[in-house]
Amino acid sequence: MSRRRIVIGIGNPERGDDAAGRQVARLLHGKLPDGIELAEQDGEATALLAGLDGAASAILVDACASGAPAGTVRRFDLSAAALPHGAFGVSSHGLGLAEAVGLARALGQLPARCILYAIEGESFAIGASLSPSVGIAVADVAQRIHAELIGDAEQGAASACTKPA
Amino acid sequence: MPRKTIKLSYLARIEGEAGLKLVVRDGAVESAELNIFEPPRFFEALLRGRACTEVADITARICGICPVAYQMSAVHAVEAALGVTMTGPLRGLRRLLYCGEWIESHTLHIYMLHAPDFLGYAGAVDMARDHGDAVRRGLQLKKAGNAIVALLGGREIHPINVRVGGFFRTPRRRDFAPLAETLKWAREAALETVRWAAGFDFPDRERDYTFVALRHAAEYPFNEGRIVSNRGLDIPAAAYDEHFEESHVARSTALHSQLRSGGAYLVGPLARYSLNFDRLSPIARDAARAGGLGPVCTNPYRSIVVRAVEVLHACDEALRIIEAYEEPDQPAVAIVPQAGTGCAATEAPRGLLYHRYRLDADGSIADARIVPPTSQNQASIEADLANYVGGFLDLPDEALRRRCEQTVRNYDPCISCSTHFLRLEIDRGPAA
Repeated sequence: MSRRRIVIGIGNPERGDDAAGRQVARLLHGKLPDGIELAEQDGEATALLAGLDGAASAILVDACASGAPAGTVRRFDLSAAALPHGAFGVSSHGLGLAEAVGLARALGQLPARCILYAIEGESFAIGASLSPSVGIAVADVAQRIHAELIGDAEQGAASACTKPA
Repeated sequence: MPRKTIKLSYLARIEGEAGLKLVVRDGAVESAELNIFEPPRFFEALLRGRACTEVADITARICGICPVAYQMSAVHAVEAALGVTMTGPLRGLRRLLYCGEWIESHTLHIYMLHAPDFLGYAGAVDMARDHGDAVRRGLQLKKAGNAIVALLGGREIHPINVRVGGFFRTPRRRDFAPLAETLKWAREAALETVRWAAGFDFPDRERDYTFVALRHAAEYPFNEGRIVSNRGLDIPAAAYDEHFEESHVARSTALHSQLRSGGAYLVGPLARYSLNFDRLSPIARDAARAGGLGPVCTNPYRSIVVRAVEVLHACDEALRIIEAYEEPDQPAVAIVPQAGTGCAATEAPRGLLYHRYRLDADGSIADARIVPPTSQNQASIEADLANYVGGFLDLPDEALRRRCEQTVRNYDPCISCSTHFLRLEIDRGPAA
C-alpha cells in the first residue's frame, strides 16, 4: 500500500482569484511534515489525475465560483462523496478538477483519503491580483491544511482516518 | 412559421470561450454561427519591439494545449528571416518534439472529448465507468507524448528548451533509452486506438472540402513543406498572404480566414491525411486501411480515426528519429540579427499554423502576424453545421444538441471542451 501523500494547489496564476490554490501551496512551502509532497498545477485533468496516481492521501485546493460570498471556504471529503455538481463549472480550466476526480473515482484511482478545499473567488480577470477576501481565505486554508497534516503526523502513521468536515 | 433556435452558450476556458447558435426554419437550417467571444489577447502587438530570440517563449503562452506548434512556427519563421536552416539532428529533434505534442493533443481529444460522443456518454467520466480499460490506455498513451515534450522541451507544459537556431540543451543518446521503451508500448496502444475508434458508428455525411495542408517531398508534414490544396494550390509559406485573407465578423473576436480566390477551406487532420496519405509510415497506412479509411477522407466524423492514425504515425516516427539520432556538436547554430521578413507554416495538431515576422536590423520584431488553425476552420465548422445538422432535426432536443456538439468537436477547436457544458435553448416560435 502506497504511503504517498500530496498537497496540490490548483489554478491559473494569471487569472485573479483562480490563483488561490497555488497561493495556498506557496504559503505551505517548507512547512509541511517530511514526506508530504507539495505541488502546483494548472488544473488540467490528466495532469491532475497523474498527480493523484498512487497517492494514499491527497489534499487539493482550488478556486470556485458557486455564487457564495467571495472568500468562503468549503471543505469536501471526496473520498466520502462526489463533488456537488456545478460548483467548479466556472473554473478557467475546461477539463479540470471535477473531471480529474470523477475519472480517478471511476477508474478506482482516487486516494483513500482525498480532501478538497474550495475557495470562492470573486474576480477571474486576466492579470488581476487576488481579491482581499480571497487573500484572507488563502491564509486561513493554508493554516487549516497545516494543522490537519501536523495532526496526522502526531497521530502517527497507523491512522489514516478522515476528520469530520 | 415553425422556428427553432438552438443556442449553445458559454463556458469560460483558458484556450477559448465560444458559443453556437443554430436557427432552424421550416425544417431546414437557416443559419449556423460559431461565436467566439474570447477576449483578444493582442499577442501580435505584444511581440512588437521584443527581440526575435524571444519568440519561442512568448508564443508558447498562446496555447496550453499546443505550445510546441506555436514555438515551431515562430522559430522557423524567424530563422527564415535570418537565413538559418535546421539540418541533421537538430531538425530531427524538432520533428520529435512535434510528435510528442501530436500524441498528447490528439490522444486527449480522442479519449476525453470525442469518444464519449460516439459511445453515448455525457463525458469522459461517465464513459470511464464502462470503458475503464480504454480510458486507462488513453491516459497512458497521452503520457508517452508528455514524456517526449518533457525530455526535449524541459517540461510538459509551455516547454522552455526551444530557441531560435535550435535548442538550449540537446539530449544525450542514452537519455532516449527509457523513452524508446515507452514509445514501443505507445505504438501498440495507438494501433489499438485506431481499431477502437474505427469500430464506432459514424453518421453518413460527406462534403467536398477544400483541403489545405503542408506537403513535404518525403515526410508526413510537421515543420516543413509547401502549402498545398486538393484544388491545385502549391505555394511556399512566404506566399501565404497572397492566397489567404482574414476578415472580421461582428459576432466573433476570432478572425475568419478565407481563400482570396473565394470560399472556406479546411485545415487539420482530415486535410493533412487526405493530402499526404502516401507519406504516412507503413504501419499507419495499413492501420488506416484496416480501419476503413481510403486515401482521402471527407467524412469529418471519421476525423477521430484519422487522429488515431496520426498518433500511430507520430509514435512510429518518434521511434525512427530516436533510432537515427546522433548527438549534435552544438545545441544550436549561431544566429546573426539582421533586418528581414520570414514566414513559416507548420502543422499544429489542429492544422496549419502560419507565422510571419518582420525584423529590424538589431533583430527586434517590427511586425508579427499569427494565423491559428481554429480561425481558418471557423467557416468550415459553420458550413458543416448548416449542411449536416439539417438531417438530424427530427432527433429529440437532447440528441440534437449532442449531435451539434459532436459536429463542432470533429474539429478539435480549442473551444471544444467548453461544449461539454453548453446549454440548449429552443425557441419554437408561435404555435402552428
